[in-house]
Amino acid sequence: MKTAAALAAILVALALQTTLAGLVIRGTAAIDLVLIVVVYIALKSGPVTGLLAGSVAGLIQDSLSSGIVGIGGLAKTLVGFLAGVLGTQFILTGPLPRFVLLLLTTALHAAIFMGLYVLLDLRQFPAPVPAVVGQALGNGFVGVVGFQVIEWLPGFMARRRAGRPLKR
Amino acid sequence: MALADIRQRPGVLLGAAILLHVVLISAQVNTASGLPVLQVVTFGSFSEVQRATMALVGGVRGVWSGYIALQHVEAENTALKQEMQTLQIRLQEERAEAQRTDNLRQLLELRERAGLDTTAAEVIAAAASPEFRTVTIDKGSSHGLQTDMAVISPAGVVGRVILPSGRAAKVQLLIDRNAAAGALIERTRVQGVVVGFGDGSLRMEYVPGTADVKTGDLVVTSGIDGIYPKGFVIGTIDHVDRGLGQYHEITVRPAVDFSRLEEVLVVRTLPASRAVPEGGE
Repeated sequence: MKTAAALAAILVALALQTTLAGLVIRGTAAIDLVLIVVVYIALKSGPVTGLLAGSVAGLIQDSLSSGIVGIGGLAKTLVGFLAGVLGTQFILTGPLPRFVLLLLTTALHAAIFMGLYVLLDLRQFPAPVPAVVGQALGNGFVGVVGFQVIEWLPGFMARRRAGRPLKR
Repeated sequence: MALADIRQRPGVLLGAAILLHVVLISAQVNTASGLPVLQVVTFGSFSEVQRATMALVGGVRGVWSGYIALQHVEAENTALKQEMQTLQIRLQEERAEAQRTDNLRQLLELRERAGLDTTAAEVIAAAASPEFRTVTIDKGSSHGLQTDMAVISPAGVVGRVILPSGRAAKVQLLIDRNAAAGALIERTRVQGVVVGFGDGSLRMEYVPGTADVKTGDLVVTSGIDGIYPKGFVIGTIDHVDRGLGQYHEITVRPAVDFSRLEEVLVVRTLPASRAVPEGGE
């Protein structure tokens, strides 16, 4: 995946996250679109690009949030790296393996993110399990559907172009 | 070539990235005061992207509802139905306009009632990370906004400004885990501290177990925190539990519907602790 495309995908995810987050601001199962994009980039481009994408996306997200800059970055760096490694070791093209991967990466991200905040005594997370489970399921569902659409779209467009009569 | 070498060693790159983040986190945790420059610069520039995104979404919505949807209707309906639907759309627009006017009127009334130096602002974006409860408003330091200025709405207290940039500012909502406000129960004048719980509800802490507290009691700001003006509604008591300790365990339902915030008022009066004394620098 080209660097510019990866950066654009991260920025679009951030813009959508900040625009759409208002719709679920009271819900506990808020979806992390940036995490989904990082996992996708890692799956497509490997661990190095995954960790770089995770690092950049996490740092920007941290800068836009009111927390410590670097905690989300570190969490997404590790998630991007892990997703990239798993993508090179296993066949993760089907919806079910990808759903499981998104569940795992969301749980890992939450564990690192919340763990660091609690470890540094900066923030408390009472009853985090339902929130993380809800977010993992949300990320899994949105991610799988999004991945399928992104991969299905170019073929669909090509078929449409092929089926169209030639213009003189 | 060097870049290609690094790409062949993902372990080294991962180690470097982790080290970079750890150094970054440590630097912030050890800093005693002041805002990180990275946050201010990134937020300032990205708020422009958020503004553009909002404008784009509004434009696309406008094109969709004003052209494509109407074209689809044209193909399916008679001229009479067409006219009726156009009128219905106009009616909806008028209703939306009336609703907006009503919101602004309420803001104006609040401004006059409060007698504070305030400025109206529009919410243009929500939090970038789901773990934080913040919003971005379209007024910033160029409009006189500063850190720790209170943000209110006709329904009640919204939060405080935590990061002003030139033309936008980030507002920490009262329901954020790190938010707190001095509060008192209006009926009995018992004081406490209201803190955000992160799930959309609030807790009122440090209310003695002997105090008279009932479900449905109104909770208002006490003004002792030096940020929120005294007497503004925070919410109503939803649940009271006489816990094991010496304090009540009180859940407060916020008066403000944070999922529907559109316009707010920023109180431009500085907190007492940060106000510059007369004749001072």
